[in-house]
Amino acid sequence: MRWAVVTFPGSNDDAQTAYVLEHLLGETVVRAWHKDASVDAVDCIVLPGGFAYGDYLRCGAVARFAPIMRAVERFAAGGGVVLGICNGFQILCEAGLLPGALIRNRELDFLCRRVHVRVEDADTLFTNRCRRGDVLDLPVKHGEGCYVADEATLQALEAGRQIVLRYSDAGGRVTPEANPNGSLGAIAGVRNARGNVFGLMPHPEHACEWLVGGEDGRKIFLSIIAAAGGALDPASAPTSSKVLSGP
Amino acid sequence: MRITVETALAHGLTAQEYERIESTLGRAPTIEELGVFSVMWSEHCSYKSSRTYLRGLPTSGPRVLQGPGENAGAIDVGDGLAVVFKIESHNHPSFVEPFQGAATGVGGILRDIFTMGARPIANLNSLRFGSIRHPRTAFLLRGVVSGIGHYGNCVGVATVGGEVAFDPGYDHNILVNAFTLGVVPADRIFRARATGIGNPVMYVGSRTGRDGIHGASLLASAEFDAESETKRPTVQVGDPFTEKLLLEACLELMAPEMSHHLVAIQDMGAAGLTSSSTEMAARGGTGIELDLSRVPLREPGVTPYEILLSESQERMLLVVRQGSEDAVKAVFDKWDLEAVVIGRVTADQRLRCTFEDRVVVDLPIAPLTDEAPVYERPVAEPQGADEGAKLRLGDLPEPVDYNQALLQLLESPNLCSREWVYRQYDCYVGGGTVVRPGSDAAVVRLPGTDKAVAMTVDCNSRLCLVDPYVGTVSAVAEAARNLAASGAEPVGVTNCLNFGSPEKPEVMWQFQQAVAGLRDACLAFGVPVVSGNVSFYNETEGRSIPPTPVIGMVGILEDASRHVTQWFKGEGDAVVLLGRNREELGCSEYLAVVHHQVRGGVPWIDLEIERRLIRAVVAAAHEGLLRSAHDVAEGGLAVALAECCISSETTSPLGAHIELDGGFRPDALLFGESQARMILSVRRRHLTRMREIARREDVPMSVIGEVRGQRLEIGDLIGIDVAALREAWRTGLPRALAGPTGS
Repeated sequence: MRWAVVTFPGSNDDAQTAYVLEHLLGETVVRAWHKDASVDAVDCIVLPGGFAYGDYLRCGAVARFAPIMRAVERFAAGGGVVLGICNGFQILCEAGLLPGALIRNRELDFLCRRVHVRVEDADTLFTNRCRRGDVLDLPVKHGEGCYVADEATLQALEAGRQIVLRYSDAGGRVTPEANPNGSLGAIAGVRNARGNVFGLMPHPEHACEWLVGGEDGRKIFLSIIAAAGGALDPASAPTSSKVLSGP
Repeated sequence: MRITVETALAHGLTAQEYERIESTLGRAPTIEELGVFSVMWSEHCSYKSSRTYLRGLPTSGPRVLQGPGENAGAIDVGDGLAVVFKIESHNHPSFVEPFQGAATGVGGILRDIFTMGARPIANLNSLRFGSIRHPRTAFLLRGVVSGIGHYGNCVGVATVGGEVAFDPGYDHNILVNAFTLGVVPADRIFRARATGIGNPVMYVGSRTGRDGIHGASLLASAEFDAESETKRPTVQVGDPFTEKLLLEACLELMAPEMSHHLVAIQDMGAAGLTSSSTEMAARGGTGIELDLSRVPLREPGVTPYEILLSESQERMLLVVRQGSEDAVKAVFDKWDLEAVVIGRVTADQRLRCTFEDRVVVDLPIAPLTDEAPVYERPVAEPQGADEGAKLRLGDLPEPVDYNQALLQLLESPNLCSREWVYRQYDCYVGGGTVVRPGSDAAVVRLPGTDKAVAMTVDCNSRLCLVDPYVGTVSAVAEAARNLAASGAEPVGVTNCLNFGSPEKPEVMWQFQQAVAGLRDACLAFGVPVVSGNVSFYNETEGRSIPPTPVIGMVGILEDASRHVTQWFKGEGDAVVLLGRNREELGCSEYLAVVHHQVRGGVPWIDLEIERRLIRAVVAAAHEGLLRSAHDVAEGGLAVALAECCISSETTSPLGAHIELDGGFRPDALLFGESQARMILSVRRRHLTRMREIARREDVPMSVIGEVRGQRLEIGDLIGIDVAALREAWRTGLPRALAGPTGS
């Protein structure tokens, strides 16, 4: 399938994401630039990790106004698959493509460590290669990864099965100690109600090779690839890879 | 403004130096010219006190592509690739303003690396703070660590290793040394030589403001006093976001299809526009003419004097080909950065600066650089040092409870886990990190190859205070052991020599001894010194820091998958000690922590044995025999064994049953810091082969036990659950910081 990896000024994990897709998974990748008003025909757009626009003002707050985000919004509105990793997740929340917000970690400091996340729902475009209850071993590296939302939103997320990943221990138990940043409900990754937009704080692109960070991250990308192959319910599959043009 | 000797003194120059300026010019300098001299002749930029010593270092070798003299050194690592690396200090700024001081230290060393055309792939740092109980230490540590993290994380270069030490000798002068390594095709290293008469000089990056003026001369090249806090305005303010853009734009310009536009490039670091233009002209044998009124400014009213001396961050000076201006500008436009032609290369070997049609600087280049003052400072061995070296083991009581002593050591500030520090650094970005912080050396894969580079920074300043020669030799040996323990063969050295005032004969003696030790050790290991930095004037109100020659060493693993980490891997593996235990306790952490004594002689060292040990360990790693390898350093054998049991972040601790036969007092056996030792674990079926290698390299080897259970048992002296060891070790630093004086 064809992927677009977006580069904002300050994106740091764009090259790594493209490397994983192209060299490890054999996918086709186009690189999208923040000033672009449109994206080539692709099946999935990835907003990568980093510090877009320096994360000045607030993480993602400037990036959401980038010209490329208009194309991302149109793509998502048409049912296109969008994956936001770390800073990409923050941008998706700022842009209103995902509910909630990501604020300063509970302990206030930047945090780089490995975490375990439990797959809450395997019936999604992003986790269909896992089983419900599977535990993935992935790294996090963020200063603002504490997921928050108001009570009503949280209830809606639960009811709509939109919580895809929760921080847990290695055995899959969700405990306060296993929650690295204070996220409400230990939420590590959420999808939108339609199911085509997904954001997560852990970095699957840094866990795709045995030598550097393990291989659990592959499951996220392989799920998206499997879904594009039509393995899932067509109602929630991406509409197409149509060309999106600027206004 | 009339320039007098008083004006010169206020600029940090001496009366003799001012006299030399006047006689060179045959007239009094302008205020701008005086500013230029003051920074170019500062210790920081001119190396005037250290130059004669540094000439003796071994700087060549078959792998060396670039030795000292450029922005950084470069080593050929095969497959058409080179690694470019350097370490640099940012001590005084970090003491005055820890967050920005440390952050801009990282920014500066990053620019030194990508100036050469190399993409930075790894940052390390070496930090020294005062006593953990000093009221300012927690504040400084938090500020420095978050500053390093803020900058490196945002630029997107992994911080993969380093060291942190606490000693009252740094209470009033902390050390922040930053190391960066980058990768570049071996035939595409860029240098900073302004050539091609008439070629345009371009200014790119951030605008110039009034920050950092006299950072190099007054802040870095003078000792501290009670007024030092007032020097805060001389500390620069960093913007890692702009640095990231500058990095990408510069590397884009240096890519094969664009690089024909570029002639030379240099970071505007210490002494800003002045040193970058002067040094590029000096290396190119040319002159440079600048129109200062074209320099992009942050605010109106910045004077030519300030423009010349500003150390505003994230700026570069380029020499490009005539006619390439627009092509270069287009690259920087793409990244939303300024790129302005501010001058041109001239033939007359002079630095000439105009401002609004007025000539403010017209100086010959040579007196600013190659003909700058060089001092043979007086040298005198300090008196009374031998007294501190005396230690009568017979007068020292042995601990009643060895378990207690080990726990006390594991939780002590200098030995406990550094997780609190490194969890604030992104060690993943870039995607090449094979061995993360927490093992003897960091290992990062070289992009597009199966190779990896291993890196470490080391110094034990307690040894250097007693004997700077042996201390420096030991630092080089420890660095080499750390690389070997990761499976890498050492290939190159960079160094950051942190000392007190060179105007003190005792400090110059320490410096002379340290450089001699550096030279001898590098010759013995066959590793060239390719870059470095000298930081003098690390003293406050007359008290010098302990001599701290920090060694950054780089090694190569031909096969990244053959890397080795320090922690035990599985039950039943044999635990092997390479090297000999000696009855030594001098300068040990055990003496300091358990007996509150800092004394004794330095441990015995033999470079030939060190060299053989390293060869044996690298050979064993290369054959895939090593399940783990760990250098025995501060805290001695018992602490090293405990670390083998508990230091894996991702797997559960493992116990070990160890029998030691020293034939001498147990505390020296457990906690003595004899050199040239390494703890390995190997599968039993590989013991015979391991013995063959040890015999071949003539290294003493003994099987001292096996990995087993959940307790560390050492004879009848030690018997503790690994969970208790791990708890003490992991929580040591956060607990110390939260202590009565923590914030």
